[in-house]
Amino acid sequence: MYLKSAYEIREKYLRKDMLPTIFCPGCGIGSVLQFTLRAIDDLGLNQDEIVWVSGIGCSSRVPGFVNFDGLHTTHGRALAFATGIKLTNPDLKIIAFMGDGDAAAIGGNHLIHAIRRNLDVTVILINNFTYGMTGGQVAPTALKGLKGTTAPYGQFENPFDIAQLAVSAGANYVARWTVFNYLQGINSIKKALQKEGFTLVEFLSPCPISFGRRNRMKTAPELIRWYQKITVPLAKAKKMSPEELEGKIVIGEFADRDRPGLVREYREYIKRAKKMMGWEE
Amino acid sequence: MRYPFPVGKADFIQGDEAIARAAILAGCRFYAGYPITPASEIFEAMALYMPLVDGVSIQMEDEIASIAAIIGASWAGAKAMTATSGPGFSLMQENIGYAVMTETPIVVVDVQRGGPSTGQPTLAAQGDIMQSIWGTHGDHTLIVLSPSTVQEAFDFTIRAFNLAEKYRTPVVLLTDAEVAHMRERVYIPNPDDIELVYRKLPQNEEEAKLPFGDPHGDGIPPMPIFGKGYRTYVTGLTHDERGRPKTVDAEVHERLIKRIIGKIENNKHDIISYEKFELDDADVAIVSTGIVSRSAIRAVKILREKGIKAGLLKLNTIWPFDFDMMEELAEQVKKIFVPEMNMGQLYHLVKEGANGKAEVELISKIGGEVHTPMEIVERVVG
Ligand SMILES: Cc1ncc(C[n+]2csc(CCOP(=O)(O)OP(=O)(O)O)c2C)c(N)n1
Ligand code: SF4
Repeated sequence: MYLKSAYEIREKYLRKDMLPTIFCPGCGIGSVLQFTLRAIDDLGLNQDEIVWVSGIGCSSRVPGFVNFDGLHTTHGRALAFATGIKLTNPDLKIIAFMGDGDAAAIGGNHLIHAIRRNLDVTVILINNFTYGMTGGQVAPTALKGLKGTTAPYGQFENPFDIAQLAVSAGANYVARWTVFNYLQGINSIKKALQKEGFTLVEFLSPCPISFGRRNRMKTAPELIRWYQKITVPLAKAKKMSPEELEGKIVIGEFADRDRPGLVREYREYIKRAKKMMGWEE
Repeated sequence: MRYPFPVGKADFIQGDEAIARAAILAGCRFYAGYPITPASEIFEAMALYMPLVDGVSIQMEDEIASIAAIIGASWAGAKAMTATSGPGFSLMQENIGYAVMTETPIVVVDVQRGGPSTGQPTLAAQGDIMQSIWGTHGDHTLIVLSPSTVQEAFDFTIRAFNLAEKYRTPVVLLTDAEVAHMRERVYIPNPDDIELVYRKLPQNEEEAKLPFGDPHGDGIPPMPIFGKGYRTYVTGLTHDERGRPKTVDAEVHERLIKRIIGKIENNKHDIISYEKFELDDADVAIVSTGIVSRSAIRAVKILREKGIKAGLLKLNTIWPFDFDMMEELAEQVKKIFVPEMNMGQLYHLVKEGANGKAEVELISKIGGEVHTPMEIVERVVG
């Protein structure tokens, strides 16, 4: 893959009047945004046919910075809004940029149902184990023992594995990477954007300010080293015992299939309805 | 265009069915909902009709998702509706605020039932008047219509879409189990005879760049729908005319909210609709809305027979509210009675409007039954 200069990407896709972004130094959201824009650019997708949707959180501010149609909605609800956009105008490609709290806590119900329906959308999920925007409360993805302002003695609940949840609920494409797996990351987003149905690419992303500081990792490099330590590639994980995998996060591609998406299913449904009513052969 | 129900003639149908048919004739092509008594028949009718007119009807995971989906559909260019009842309407409040803030035309039907909470699922009530006007947080306004017959349920649904499109705002059709489930004769006009309104679209790049501005000086910005190359950013955060978040600028916030409220308030005489029965020479007035108005009309007739100069003001629009007209009425009559199926919600608005110029008395009834005409008569006679 030939990597265009970051300036070119920025010139072409960002709203200059919205810069600088709200992101803290060392935040991983900017990197994931860049991966996404590079994927769009590499695929040569039409900027006017993509709508970015989001909920509320640091991650959800992304649609404001990119020069596309964008709907910055209420906390957790992005995929429900997306359902209306997509079914009304199936020609639009939808990218949902979401935080882990946004997608899996308040938006958990919308997430599993959007996947069940196989809504045609690409979810780019920023997993930073925390609620960045509201200052470091624990997210439903936080591993046991991690600290947050609402679990100052270390998280005592079990974490959600969003990627696995997406696989089980029926998503067509699911992958998880950390922000330093940039080539895999860009390739996954490209794959996801070309597929029908529900696709999700999760990124373990550093939040040094709200999360790292409370967990003895004040800088992005420290967090990245920690991600390197706790992540295990899928091929390797297959050979490991459950005990060895305790506290680890598997990265890689988890699902790649081609079930019909919601738009196609609904079109068939319309045909069936007209036939059953004798309106059409 | 072929319709899956008879047009240009009368039919004998339920209020819920009338709402669904009217929505389709008003051009609604996206419906999202979650089942709840007594609103489910609207959904069931939409489920039957929508695919046949190439529209979408989808059952979402809850009411929050339902209203979210119709807002998304509206930004993608569709006329869109959802329908629910009390508990579901409560869940929708967050996104009603979002629709107000982003000036998204949508229609939300609330078929009221007894509450609070799950309350009386199958019985009629008017307990959501305050919720329909003030349910969402922050300074805002929207439009609330209230039908009292099945024909009105049909007519007001079309009007709800027209007002939503004209003023780029959410409109609530507030009805109740009695109107929703009652069967009456309804005239369903020929589609060509129905006057439809469509949202203003930007006429040029300049207008498209100000999706929350006021290029026409009427407070209603043209709406650049998605996919047309305008690259519009829509946010529930306080935003400037271009849609850029400006969350700590007091002036931007004030300008935005005042315009959103102003576009409704400044046009309130176009929006407000009411009917007067025997009010010209009345010295006792009854003010009511929805199903109770039908008992009230009968009560006025009985009172007139008894030689009491009573009249009725039936509110078709609950919000915006004509406080001035209410004060004029209060100057004309000695006393105003407000029969309503709750513990006093419309009463507060009427009382504020009357401004001390006449005594205002609440005739409250709860539990699921509509006031009988005699119950109103007896209170007026005293
Ligand atoms: C209904 C509602 N509840 C709570 C909030 C407050 N809130 C804003 S962002 C946020 C969490 C953000 O965390 P996450 O989704 O993980 O995104 P991040 O900021 O970490 O990118 C919360 C709880 C809100 N805006 N709306
Ligand atoms: S708080 Fe965390 S997630 Fe939010 S911008 Fe800062 S570093 Fe990024």
